[in-house]
Amino acid sequence: MKSKIRHLIAAMALVLPVSGTVLANEGPKLEKAPIDIQDTESLQRGAQLFSNYCLSCHSASAMRYNRLEDIGLSEEQIKANLLPEGAKIGDQMNVSMDKKDAKVWLGAAPPDLSLIARSRGADYLYAYLRGFYRDPTRPTGWNNLVFDKVGMPHVLWEMQGEQVLKTEKNAEGHEEHKLELVKAGSLTKLENGKANTAEFDKRMADLTNYLVYIGEPAQVKRHQIGYIVLLFLGVLLLPLTYFLKKEYWKDVH
Amino acid sequence: MSKGQKLLNWIDDRFPLSSMLKEHVTEYYAPKNFNFWYFFGSLAMLVLVIQIVTGIFLTMNYKPDGNLNAAGIPVAFASVEYIMRDVAGGWIIRYMHSTGASMFFVVVYLHMFRGLIYGSYKQPRELVWVFGCLIFLCLMAEAFMGYLLPWGQMSFWGAQVIVNLFGSIPVIGPDLSVWIRGDFVVSDATLNRFFALHVIAVPLVLLALVVAHLIALHEVGSNNPDGVEIKKLKDEKGIPLDGIPFHPYYTVKDIFGVAVFLIVFSIIVFFLPEMGGYFLEHPNFDQADPLKTPPHIAPVWYFTPFYAILRAIPSFLGTQVWGVIGMGAAVVVIAFLPWLDRSPIKSIRYRGPKFKFMLVLFIIAFIGLGILGAMPPTAGRTLISQILSFVYFAFFLGMPFYTKNDVGAVPVPTRVTDTNGKRQLQFLVLVAVTVIAAYLFATNV
Amino acid sequence: MSEQQVDTGRRRFLTVATSAVGGVAVAGVATPFLMSFFPSERAKAAGAPVEVDISKLEPGQKINVEWRGKPVWLLSRTKQQIADLPKNDPKLVDPKSEVEQQPKYCQNEARSIKPELLVAVGICTHLGCSPTFRPDLAPADLGPEWLGGFYCPCHGSKFDLAARVFKGVPAPKNLEIPPHKYLSDTRLLIGDDK
Repeated sequence: MKSKIRHLIAAMALVLPVSGTVLANEGPKLEKAPIDIQDTESLQRGAQLFSNYCLSCHSASAMRYNRLEDIGLSEEQIKANLLPEGAKIGDQMNVSMDKKDAKVWLGAAPPDLSLIARSRGADYLYAYLRGFYRDPTRPTGWNNLVFDKVGMPHVLWEMQGEQVLKTEKNAEGHEEHKLELVKAGSLTKLENGKANTAEFDKRMADLTNYLVYIGEPAQVKRHQIGYIVLLFLGVLLLPLTYFLKKEYWKDVH
Repeated sequence: MSKGQKLLNWIDDRFPLSSMLKEHVTEYYAPKNFNFWYFFGSLAMLVLVIQIVTGIFLTMNYKPDGNLNAAGIPVAFASVEYIMRDVAGGWIIRYMHSTGASMFFVVVYLHMFRGLIYGSYKQPRELVWVFGCLIFLCLMAEAFMGYLLPWGQMSFWGAQVIVNLFGSIPVIGPDLSVWIRGDFVVSDATLNRFFALHVIAVPLVLLALVVAHLIALHEVGSNNPDGVEIKKLKDEKGIPLDGIPFHPYYTVKDIFGVAVFLIVFSIIVFFLPEMGGYFLEHPNFDQADPLKTPPHIAPVWYFTPFYAILRAIPSFLGTQVWGVIGMGAAVVVIAFLPWLDRSPIKSIRYRGPKFKFMLVLFIIAFIGLGILGAMPPTAGRTLISQILSFVYFAFFLGMPFYTKNDVGAVPVPTRVTDTNGKRQLQFLVLVAVTVIAAYLFATNV
Repeated sequence: MSEQQVDTGRRRFLTVATSAVGGVAVAGVATPFLMSFFPSERAKAAGAPVEVDISKLEPGQKINVEWRGKPVWLLSRTKQQIADLPKNDPKLVDPKSEVEQQPKYCQNEARSIKPELLVAVGICTHLGCSPTFRPDLAPADLGPEWLGGFYCPCHGSKFDLAARVFKGVPAPKNLEIPPHKYLSDTRLLIGDDK
């Protein structure tokens, strides 16, 4: 029996990586977002950024303000720093902007961001947040490297400064698009023509981290419960049922 | 007489409890040589129970409503997130249900494959097999309609594409697809009827079929890896020489199988609920938008082999109905196995090389089609899909010819044999090689 | 099968142990399902404490506030109504409010923090109807001794202006006083007293 199970697991292990790679090859390669869902300080910084810059146009209507107690904020802190005027602590993160007005002003209603990290992935969001560049052909004056002809203006330009798109041919002759910082913002530096974007990137990682968190607030707890469940099944139930089976099957062999 | 015995007698005078337990559990004699392939039947039962229980609790908070709420989110979509966030324990229940859906197909495909390699569909078990195929059909309908309920982009456009398939049927097609939807596009009306069918109608039929499947099985008795009829040789008490009572031997064995399954299931529920976008597809976290089609629509993984067959068949004579017919035939043909297979030998262990060769081709075709069905079509991929679709049907329709005089080197024994570890290993290596071959074949185009 | 080799002790131990562990597993699985029956975050948010402005409440006037989907009465009692309260004592089931139908700080004659303001859940303790406010003195239907109070039209239960139940009516207990506190002289918080 033991050997049979081992063979089965071996066979499964062969199948799984196969299926995982099938769809992965679509789209441009994205840098891995340096996020840590357990880092509550990063999440709190992300929450502040989100409330200040995103929440004026984008809702996160599946998310309640009091849920932020999960990332280590107290009720008083939430009320003082994040809660809009007149809202209650148990309210959802809605926006007052009318969806129809938004469509007129911005061309498309800004999407709800509750699940954006689950539909696009953290790496995409991290690239998107840092991917705005100057493009005079666009009505807002901005375009984005990972979202061509994006309708959203560059809300964080004062922090990031201005980037422009550089297209180069690489060794194999393919065109490669790169962004270059030409004007420093409050969180970026230009020294002797060299750009230092570490601070801005860190803040965008915080924001990405927060978006991943609001995509599924239960995820930290899910992992914690998961370890307990697996420990219980693996250490108690599995060996007991194994020996029980062995014991009864002594009759048969 | 003890009190318990008295109570039992009282019940037995009014309801055949003891005799039913005897017939189906304690004195149901199963062959003693079951191997791990025989876990998947009881596991399918377990997953059915998981799906029913979690489903009941999900309906308590889910709202089948396609209209937008005050925040501009469809009510159905928002109610799923309500379950995930606001309902205590809701996310566990929802992930159990979404994982259960995929695991149902994993378990059922393996269960069907077991039947295929050991000839469990052959005389006298034809009806067991046919009931099983009907269960599979119900399961596909159940999964398809359930997938609309979260009302995400993939839910919406998946349903749109599949319902439009019916539109290709000549004459009645366009009216038929409107009738199925109850609207000119997939809409609130569609969502409501799919919800009713998903939570009440199909589960009722499914349960009835499961009962029929088990009654038929217990009437004829289980097959086994040797394909030997254990009922042919009985001792003086009428008990098959190679049979052991289902309880306790196979209950304790199946409980062990359940423990292993629960570990796999828990790993997915707690650590990989999206399973890399295969169990829960990423675009389905965007709310349904009737004005914006996602760039690439693929069905959930368990439908992809059949979807690939659909796409492989070109339209001709001015209609694309052939693809739909092909896809339907690919499901229906499975039910005809008992009459397509002409070999007197049940188990693959004693069959000849022709069947084994065709089986390897079939596995390559099925898995290859599954992979191709998940990918956007290109000219090369379509060609491969066509070849693999041909192989798929050739496996079934060629059976009357290649199974006729296909006898292995080792004759079928009269008694069941002990499971040979080496043979199992060889077999699994063969399966693994086949799977890899299918992958390479399907992706390197 | 060789029956004589069976180690029944080991077999019984394994059966019992597996059953016990299986029982724990079932209890663990049942937990989220049972938990899901408790009020959700949405219900809790909707049932959060309610702030009320009482600056415009005239003596003798009653307003209704919704808290957790239930009507909460805010009655500003006149000096005369407060003075009349002890007169009802002999006719009441629980004049001293000994049954726990109010927070500790409201266990007094007027069943309130400040005697002039009654805060009570307007749901009859009999079968859950909402009694009507009857401040009129000695009306024809309620008898000459009526000093003002609440009358439940469903089954005829009567309560005085401190929401205390009269004897001889179906309702068994005084009306519930919800937890509440004054945020300032003119602002009242219903549903929380901490």
